[in-house]
Amino acid sequence: MPPKPHLALLAALLFAFGVQHFSDQFNPYYLDVLTGIGINVILAVSLNLVNGYTGQFSLGHAGFMSVGAYLSAAVTLYFAPRWFGEDGGTAWQEGGLFLMALLAGGLSAAFAGLLVGVPSLRLKGDYLALVTLGFGEIIRVTFQNVESLGGALGLNGIPPYTTIFWVLAFVAITIFVVTCLVNSTYGRGFLATRDDEIASEAVGLNTTRYKIVAFVIGAFFAGIAGGLYGHFKLTITPTGFDFTKSIEIVVMVILGGMGNTLGVILAAILLTLLPEVLRPVAEYRMVLYSFLLIVLMLARPQGLFNFKFGKSKA
Amino acid sequence: MLRITDLSVSYGAISALDGISFAIEQGAIVTLIGGNGAGKTTTLRTISGLLRPKAGRIEFLGEDITKLRPHQIVARGLCHVPEGRMIFSNLTVDENLAMGAYLQSDDELIARNRDYVFSIFPRLKERIRQMAGTLSGGEQQMLAIGRALMGNPKFLMLDEPSLGIAPRLISTIFEKIVEINQQHGITILLVEQNANLALEVSRTAYVLETGHIVMQGESKQLRTDPQLKATYLGG
Repeated sequence: MPPKPHLALLAALLFAFGVQHFSDQFNPYYLDVLTGIGINVILAVSLNLVNGYTGQFSLGHAGFMSVGAYLSAAVTLYFAPRWFGEDGGTAWQEGGLFLMALLAGGLSAAFAGLLVGVPSLRLKGDYLALVTLGFGEIIRVTFQNVESLGGALGLNGIPPYTTIFWVLAFVAITIFVVTCLVNSTYGRGFLATRDDEIASEAVGLNTTRYKIVAFVIGAFFAGIAGGLYGHFKLTITPTGFDFTKSIEIVVMVILGGMGNTLGVILAAILLTLLPEVLRPVAEYRMVLYSFLLIVLMLARPQGLFNFKFGKSKA
Repeated sequence: MLRITDLSVSYGAISALDGISFAIEQGAIVTLIGGNGAGKTTTLRTISGLLRPKAGRIEFLGEDITKLRPHQIVARGLCHVPEGRMIFSNLTVDENLAMGAYLQSDDELIARNRDYVFSIFPRLKERIRQMAGTLSGGEQQMLAIGRALMGNPKFLMLDEPSLGIAPRLISTIFEKIVEINQQHGITILLVEQNANLALEVSRTAYVLETGHIVMQGESKQLRTDPQLKATYLGG
């Protein structure tokens, strides 16, 4: 953790603002890739709180992302035409609405996390993984069948509110919150819960509550990431949030090293860039991607970027 | 101080404890001995709320704690050092101790307990910034006991403190257990496979066999009991 986390956050927000200011001068393709990276970093860092630091294997992150994506898109689709009319609002007005929509998306995802977490966090290991996987699918199938949310066609014509500023700002906020949390006295309980549940309870921790808190915070940021994603792609369909997306995020966490925020950030960047870099090989792209993944996992099972001594024994 | 009445616990269809009763007075060291699968660990885990009993009653300081959750029981001053040195291996020694004081809010008391832990286990102070997982077996056991002491217990339950520890350290740890009891008046319930050692330090003892208490009495007398000698003390 940087010695002055608040200052680091402020610096990161100013940096985001700066990048936004000069964004006209960048190649739009690179900006798009950077946006994709940012969204994946938010997803991976927030999942790392659940899977890495607290040691609860969740496979439902894409489900929470979809809740955030749908709800925030619904908010902007409803309010933007009523408030701003045909011409759209000023940058500040649109920014305000977007922030509201993102928070609504995050909070509803957090609420979904609470609903899923309370009954399922009594389970452990593979059982928890299966239940979260099931819940993720239930959420997706629900969206697929709700006509007012576009059904299988999804939602279209979402206003393009996601700018590089919002993405970088929320990347910074996510990293800030997760880092400060796990380094606090309260947050050490997450690590303790992972290390040994019985010992944690024996010293008086309410491990169930810790697991639920981790789950809810993780879901909140997944919802934010979903909102950013929706206003970036401008169209969302239920199939974009199926369990392969969850697994993609889990892979980032595992590759980065469970419970290692820096490693997970690097892994998220690497795994988002990889398919882009592999574009020239066209149809063999995903084959090569999968092959590289296998090689990476065989070479560094403890996490690609896990260099800390004594941490590998999970 | 602690009163167990007709306690029965089962894992699914398999009964682990079948109606055991005993009481422990304030200030005592009481030991529970018995072979593998006798129900010793089950007894401790049920008292600390980690397991739910099928029937029976557990009273601590006159209060019924049978249905309380583990963290509520710790808050009442009943701390458990689990079997197999369950320390937080990815936290440092200092952080492990801080976790032990999780329910304490009085900073002065925490600092005093911390000094006390370091005074009985100076080894821990030397390794304060070290990851707990890299400590030796004996040091981990010291840390587990130290962590429980950080919770400012009135009653301490120790599960197999001698398990997997170098013989020389075992006697040190048992000396410290007696010291904790005598200097701080902390009542101790000790579960041990090493019956000789357990009977040496304790005042009263209960012998468990397949979920029943088969023998009880003063430790001094039990040590000379021919039947017990043959079964647990190696002749």
